[in-house]
Amino acid sequence: MKLSFVLLTLAVTLALGMTGCSRSGANSADGPATTTAAAGSQHGDFGPPQGEPIHAVLTSPPQVPPPTHRDKPAKVIVDLEVIEKEMPISEGVTYTFWTFGGTVPGSFIRVRQGDTVELHLKNNPNNKMPHNIDLHGVTGPGGGAASTFTAPGHESQFTFKALNQGIYVYHCATAPVGMHVANGMYGLILVEPPEGLPAVDHEYYVMQGDFYTTGKYREKGLQPFDMERAIDEKPTYVLFNGSEGALTGDKALAAKTNETVRLFVGNGGPNLVSSFHVIGEIFDRVQQEGGTHPQENVQTTLIPAGGAAIVQFHTEVPGSYVLVDHSIFRAFNKGALAILKVDGPENKAIYSGKEVDSVYLGDRSNPNLAAVTHATSAATKGNLTLEDQIKAGQQLFTGTCSVCHQATGEGLPGVFPPLAKSSLIAEDPKRTVQILLHGLNGKVVVNGKEYNSVMPPMSQLNDDEMANILTFVLNSWGNPGGRITTDEVAKARTTPASPAPAGEH
Amino acid sequence: MKSLLCLAFAAAAFAAPADAAEYAGLPGGVFASVLPADANNADVKVAPFRLRREPVTNAEFLVFVKAHPEWRRDRIASVFAEPRYLAQWTAVDVLGTEAKPDQPVTQVSWFAAQAFCASEGARLPSWSEWEFAAAADATRADARSDPAWRAAILNWYAQPSTQPLAHVGGAANVYGVRNLHGLIWEWVDDFNALLVASDSRDQNDPDRLRFCGAGALNLRDRDNYAVLMRIALLSSLKAANTTANLGFRCAKDGAGDGR
Repeated sequence: MKLSFVLLTLAVTLALGMTGCSRSGANSADGPATTTAAAGSQHGDFGPPQGEPIHAVLTSPPQVPPPTHRDKPAKVIVDLEVIEKEMPISEGVTYTFWTFGGTVPGSFIRVRQGDTVELHLKNNPNNKMPHNIDLHGVTGPGGGAASTFTAPGHESQFTFKALNQGIYVYHCATAPVGMHVANGMYGLILVEPPEGLPAVDHEYYVMQGDFYTTGKYREKGLQPFDMERAIDEKPTYVLFNGSEGALTGDKALAAKTNETVRLFVGNGGPNLVSSFHVIGEIFDRVQQEGGTHPQENVQTTLIPAGGAAIVQFHTEVPGSYVLVDHSIFRAFNKGALAILKVDGPENKAIYSGKEVDSVYLGDRSNPNLAAVTHATSAATKGNLTLEDQIKAGQQLFTGTCSVCHQATGEGLPGVFPPLAKSSLIAEDPKRTVQILLHGLNGKVVVNGKEYNSVMPPMSQLNDDEMANILTFVLNSWGNPGGRITTDEVAKARTTPASPAPAGEH
Repeated sequence: MKSLLCLAFAAAAFAAPADAAEYAGLPGGVFASVLPADANNADVKVAPFRLRREPVTNAEFLVFVKAHPEWRRDRIASVFAEPRYLAQWTAVDVLGTEAKPDQPVTQVSWFAAQAFCASEGARLPSWSEWEFAAAADATRADARSDPAWRAAILNWYAQPSTQPLAHVGGAANVYGVRNLHGLIWEWVDDFNALLVASDSRDQNDPDRLRFCGAGALNLRDRDNYAVLMRIALLSSLKAANTTANLGFRCAKDGAGDGR
């Protein structure tokens, strides 16, 4: 059914000799999927350019040029300058980037399907290297690379017709290609469908890249490129828009609640593919791989190296939304992190914020820790008895302490001191709290025997658990009895370790 | 009368730089170039030759221009050099503050470089000769397998060229030649025959065999991208081009006595 509609549309288009501007179906807000009549390079030539040549508006990331708002093919002149420059890649770290337009990623280019694009590539006279450009939106060998190979201080020009709509990567393709790309020589060109893209509240330009430096992650100073790491595909940095912090803090992307945000997300590589994800948002629609037909309700979209996607979502809840490469070590250990800050009134019906923070015992609630569960519950209600504590402590002791001190409390001669009839406990029962919290390191004499070993702090235990274990120990094996309360442990935890009393008695 | 005087002056000047310039003798030999001699990755044969120990400086080129005013930037034929030729000099025959006497001369075209070398009885080195000399380090004739050799070259690429060029000199390699790496690009005689494709990626293009050598398509040591980048730069040039980082040195045939 749909196919026949498409064919019919196509037939009508051909019959009328129309060369574009077919707005059929484009009136739907989510329209691009219905522009099939104009899809494909065979249907992207809307004839010779009309009107005076237009100079393309180029923008630095994260900004995107305004829509072309044109309904006729035009001649569009793009002036792109290659600049080699030292810029920050992280706090206190610089890198000699090679750039299209002085930024990483390079200037965003926006044209309309059917436009004739006259591209001028200028290689700044102060540059060392020759450069060229391969635009994935070009139909023709090399994507323009051979036509734009340019020495420093020179300018090349070539012209192409943008036959296919979509979002396309461009990059330098001069030998060694990987190094030019790794130094930041990539950007995006958007070829709008003839009817344009549906209006949204915000459009932003985000592009991921991987970087290879001889120094470690965040090692200060000017960091040279490391070809070995690049060949091994082991980046030091994985970044959005060319530096750590390019899109965080004051430079975070911004939107308000109840707005539609469209991101043009590219991946320059040179090596890694991106699992692009926005924490806390679901992409309402994604033009995967920059293609025409959108996928809807997407959590994470894969963006190949040398590829791009258009993602769109609607904001409901205010807050900071973190853009990441969900190959997640890249986000938190290599820099692939950006922020979209959404301002506006809370919407508790959609997202409440934290409502409950209560104890969850999980698999502790099995029968053999029933006493622990009971003690915890009793403590909450305020009717915890000494008996409850001893029972819970016994079960916890079995799991945590008996490996060394043995289930009998006798310890191991010469290695682990005994807890049974312990002279050390009898001397100062409250000191056991300090030992549990901070561990015990070095010589101690217990029941006349010297021990010299290490007990690590048991800080994984909570205050309840410690109090119960110690109460159990105090009331077992001939020890003097008594009780340690949760409050005592909590208080001890917030005070620094007291210097241990001399171990020799 | 006037032209005769000029001629006499020129002849006198002709002798001066030839005496001043020091050449090192290099033995040549069979050499594994990054651009193999043929499609079977044959080694390149380099005959014994002499090479200027240092790149040509602004001061030396000024002497040349004064002796051969047809190479002044206001008189040079436009086919021989683009407008940026020697633009860093204050005047046609004055270096000024931007161009120091002992800095290497840059912003010179291949034609001008060749004319300079001819003026001291020399020529531009071939790529093979230049590469042969540049393979050395302070102690070895061929240090190219040493990561430190490569790192030194790459370090230069990582420096943005916003600082003034250093003056010539510094550490000599095993042949007594200086500044082959880390200072400037250098013209070679056959820069336009290196055949690095302007799109370096079309390695298996069916057209490749139409070109003799098809050198760039067969770079045999792809790991040696440090050298490859120099070839890429040379390949991007036309003989009248000049750039801020491109100078030259001269070569002569035969082992000679180093003069």
